[in-house]
Amino acid sequence: MNASLEQIKQEIISGAEELNSSKEVYEFRKKFLDGKTGKIGLLMREMKNIPPEQRADYGKGVNELKEWALGFIVELDEKMKAKELQARYESEKIDISLPSVETEEGNLHPITLIRNQLIDIFAGMGFEIYEGAEIETDYYNFTALNTPQDHPARDMQDTFYLSPEFLLRTQTSAGQIHVMEAKQPPIKILSPGKVFRSDDDATHSPMFTQMEGLVVDKGITLCDLQGMLDVFVKKIYGEGTKTRLRPSYFPFTEPSVEVDCSCFECGGTGCKLCKGTGWIEILGAGVVNNKVLENCGIDSNEYSGFAFGIGIERTAMLKYGINNIKLLFESDLRVLKQLND
Amino acid sequence: MITPLSWLKEYVDIDVTPQELQDKLFSCGFEVEELYEVGKDISKVVVGKVLTCEAIPDTHLHVCQVDCGSYGTFQICCGADNVAAGGKFPAALVGATVYAIAKDHKTVEGVMTIGKGKLRGYESHGMLCSGVELGVSENMYPGAGYNGLLVLPEDAEVGADVKPILGLDDWIFDIAITANRPDCQSILGIAREVAAILEKDLKMPALNYTETEAELEGFTVTVDCPDLCPRYSAHYVTDVKIGESPAWMKRRLALVGIDAISNVVDITNYILKELGQPMHAFDLTTLEGNAINVRRAKNGEPITTLDGQDLTLTDANMVICDGVKPVALAGVMGGLNSEIRETTSAVLFESAKFARDNIRRTSRALGKRSDSSARYEKGVDEYATVMALKRALHLIEELGCGKVGRTHADVNTGNSVEPREVSVSIDKVNKCLGIVVPNEEILKIMKNLSFAPVINGDTLTVQVPAYREDIEGYQDIAEEVIRMYGYEHVVPAFMPSAQVTIGGLNLTQKTELRLKKALCSVGAYECIHYSFFSPTDLDLLRFPEDAVERKAIRLMNPISEELSLMRTTLAASMINAVARNQKKGNLEGRLFEIGNVFMPYELPLTQYPDEKPRLCVGIFGEKESFYTMKGIAEKIADTLQLTFTYENMSNTFLHPYQTAKILCEGVEVGYFGKLAYDIADSCDLRTQMFILEMDLKVLSQWYGKKPVFTPLPKFPEETRDLALVADKTTTCGEIEAVMKEACKYITKISLFDIYEGEQIAADKKSMAFTVVFTPKEEAFTTESVDAFVKKILKQLNKKYGVELRS
Repeated sequence: MNASLEQIKQEIISGAEELNSSKEVYEFRKKFLDGKTGKIGLLMREMKNIPPEQRADYGKGVNELKEWALGFIVELDEKMKAKELQARYESEKIDISLPSVETEEGNLHPITLIRNQLIDIFAGMGFEIYEGAEIETDYYNFTALNTPQDHPARDMQDTFYLSPEFLLRTQTSAGQIHVMEAKQPPIKILSPGKVFRSDDDATHSPMFTQMEGLVVDKGITLCDLQGMLDVFVKKIYGEGTKTRLRPSYFPFTEPSVEVDCSCFECGGTGCKLCKGTGWIEILGAGVVNNKVLENCGIDSNEYSGFAFGIGIERTAMLKYGINNIKLLFESDLRVLKQLND
Repeated sequence: MITPLSWLKEYVDIDVTPQELQDKLFSCGFEVEELYEVGKDISKVVVGKVLTCEAIPDTHLHVCQVDCGSYGTFQICCGADNVAAGGKFPAALVGATVYAIAKDHKTVEGVMTIGKGKLRGYESHGMLCSGVELGVSENMYPGAGYNGLLVLPEDAEVGADVKPILGLDDWIFDIAITANRPDCQSILGIAREVAAILEKDLKMPALNYTETEAELEGFTVTVDCPDLCPRYSAHYVTDVKIGESPAWMKRRLALVGIDAISNVVDITNYILKELGQPMHAFDLTTLEGNAINVRRAKNGEPITTLDGQDLTLTDANMVICDGVKPVALAGVMGGLNSEIRETTSAVLFESAKFARDNIRRTSRALGKRSDSSARYEKGVDEYATVMALKRALHLIEELGCGKVGRTHADVNTGNSVEPREVSVSIDKVNKCLGIVVPNEEILKIMKNLSFAPVINGDTLTVQVPAYREDIEGYQDIAEEVIRMYGYEHVVPAFMPSAQVTIGGLNLTQKTELRLKKALCSVGAYECIHYSFFSPTDLDLLRFPEDAVERKAIRLMNPISEELSLMRTTLAASMINAVARNQKKGNLEGRLFEIGNVFMPYELPLTQYPDEKPRLCVGIFGEKESFYTMKGIAEKIADTLQLTFTYENMSNTFLHPYQTAKILCEGVEVGYFGKLAYDIADSCDLRTQMFILEMDLKVLSQWYGKKPVFTPLPKFPEETRDLALVADKTTTCGEIEAVMKEACKYITKISLFDIYEGEQIAADKKSMAFTVVFTPKEEAFTTESVDAFVKKILKQLNKKYGVELRS
């Protein structure tokens, strides 16, 4: 009987050497330790055939064998699993210098990015966003903005006409007339949108994007325009940025100014971007012409205002160093993929 | 506006450097776009006196010893035929820069630096120069046009810089003039501003002349269209001797880019630049009927302009006629029939104001531009019109090329050329600016601008010169004050008196931005395309003749036919964008655009059209499929908290069996599908493309939907996988509908496998679904779920003959 126990032990020891996987270990364990069919399990069932006086020894021997076998096989299993894990890792050795697999996320268009940036700044100053229609009437685009039929300013912009009365707006200012007609001051609106002029070269596109701002309230002056612009340029171009006003002309503002900011590339010492001047032209602005207020039914004795217009493409081109405006409208993925903010 | 400094100095003393003047002009609203020295490319060229000049045998060359004063005496070889001992010529020293000239002796090829050279064994330490090598034309300096050396005056100091002698030290200001200041479209106009800026006196050009007895008896001027010609004045000049203009006039014209032609013609061009008034001179002997009549042209009326071009006019154009025939296209160009010739002996000068709008339209319509029409388009003032005629007559006398006759005609609509009185409140001026400008500053500025100011209490009264048609009220005065006072005086403020307003995006704007970000998150890139497209795009998409997309609004003056219609769909631009990408080798990608389509209520437009925002998505590449696009549609639905349903549909440009209509609560909101193969081929697409287009105006009715929270189930959910065999024609949607109908506890059905092939009948397919049952009132038992499945299978079998796969 003891021989039989010893035999099983030897069988386990020798059998273990032939095992190659944890799955085989599992089968091996079942072969010996399964309660119903395992060899050691069967020994326990033999108990009833053992003479009663030997049963205690027999039981002890079988239990010792069982304990030993369990320990032996568990250890074997652990070793085998560790080996297998190692083998698996080995098999999954990779070349970490291979190119990455992209988890692609698209981008907003650079014009949208700049637009959002400006909207964030001006929304914080209390500006509502109003997007007018792209197709406008001659009245809203010109006449109401103090640009009558034979006015010199009509030559400043070549207009696309759809009929003698309807045209593609040449400036987002057109929408502001609608706002001022519909609402009394205080007015603070920002009008981003597509505008159209018959121009087509490296820096001009027949369609481009403007963002026009308008403030009408009591006691608004040129100083307020300067103050707001100072805040704006610091937020978009950095704390150290300065502004400079210089006289210009727009029919709907008087006085009218061009606004330059100190060059954000060189800080004002002069570089290629600012053509050595230290300044970059960023927008046109001015005090709203009384005639425009009156055209909209706003009492110019009580209220005054200022307006400003920013070219979004120009801002985007400056920001990203794009030299041809056409790149913004060609949807070339090689371009779009680069221009994430 | 090209302005030579030397010409400007005729009217105002300028005691600042050109760069300082540039800065001052800039801060007063006149941006100098370019400032350069006339001889900017010429350096180290001095007066050289040829001491000895010996011919080099068997060549056309001479070897000269040239005295260059303090620079020394140099041996220079020279090939010009007029080199001679004793002569003084421009000598370019070693290291000098001059123009390199082509073999035709005319064309400038660039700038070259003179080095030491050796010709035929003779060393040459410099170069004697011709006019063209120094950039000096005959009109700029008499004799400079000779094809040989430029001969310098005998009294020129040897060794002196030639630039002052030849006028190469002059400066050119190219000044941008804003549209409100047509009065500055002249040298005198700029001089007025400079005088005001530098606080100097303006020296007016001489206008005096003496009338002789000569007269055109019975001569009349009539204007039939005073709306287009508010002023027409003419004057008779006799005993005309056509010849060359004096050197000073030719030089000034050359500096502003005008070729001298003959004295009378040059006078008109000179005045155009000097005073900004276009003038015309008619050869009187060619005028018939002893009359000038200004009228609208007749429809179909012909005219031949002095450049020899035959034009056919309409009544939108204006002509100047003699008693019989048109002799000029008003404001644009004279007629060939009345042109000044060498034999011209009597002249009629015209100085007129024509409506800028009319000249602009005529010029555009006929494609005919001239310096005169360009000037009229910007607007002339009658102040200059009147002055110009006097100036022309003065110059006739000064140049001695004719006698001023007595006949003068002046037809006008009564506009004054006297100053206008304008009174404004100083307080209002200051309130507009936001600062207080001292009264004495205001007075000084107004005085410098020749506005003759008087201040009485709060009232500033000024006399606005007639050429300042732009000055009307206090805002205009405020602008004049601040541009001269200086914008640096403006103190930043932040709307201290304004009311607080709430800003930000509205719901539609916010939602569109969320949609854009959601699309970015599925790997799509935003594009922006032109709002206009091409008629060929409509053909590309094969819209039928009566399709609403064909009813597109047409631009009256498009840049090209490709950009001539307002978009009625975004799909065409998207297909073109994908085609462009594929041409450049981008064979896969995802693009989207949110833009407007323009649907007119009628054509031509009589009211605002319906401008509707749309979303268009274009995806392409081998990895894409109908279902990846469907995933994008679902992403949009999820972003908006909506549920979309889909129905088969077909349209003219998509795959007949891979196109779906998108519905939301039964309302059609868009479509998506695979681009038809033949269209893809015609666009040279190398990979498949899918398009989605949605009407955001329709979708916007559901914007702002909030997510609704569903409490979590109290009892565990049960899941069953069902592999079903169905006819190939039975759709997934139909099966799901029956399942949901058969059991109210189903909360989710997802198809995870589909199989067609050998293991099942040829007309069948196997579909495997995972079905989730969510208990409500009480927990499920295995038996209850089995019963649900049994019922589902029974219904499926009844309706579509579906069997459980064995």
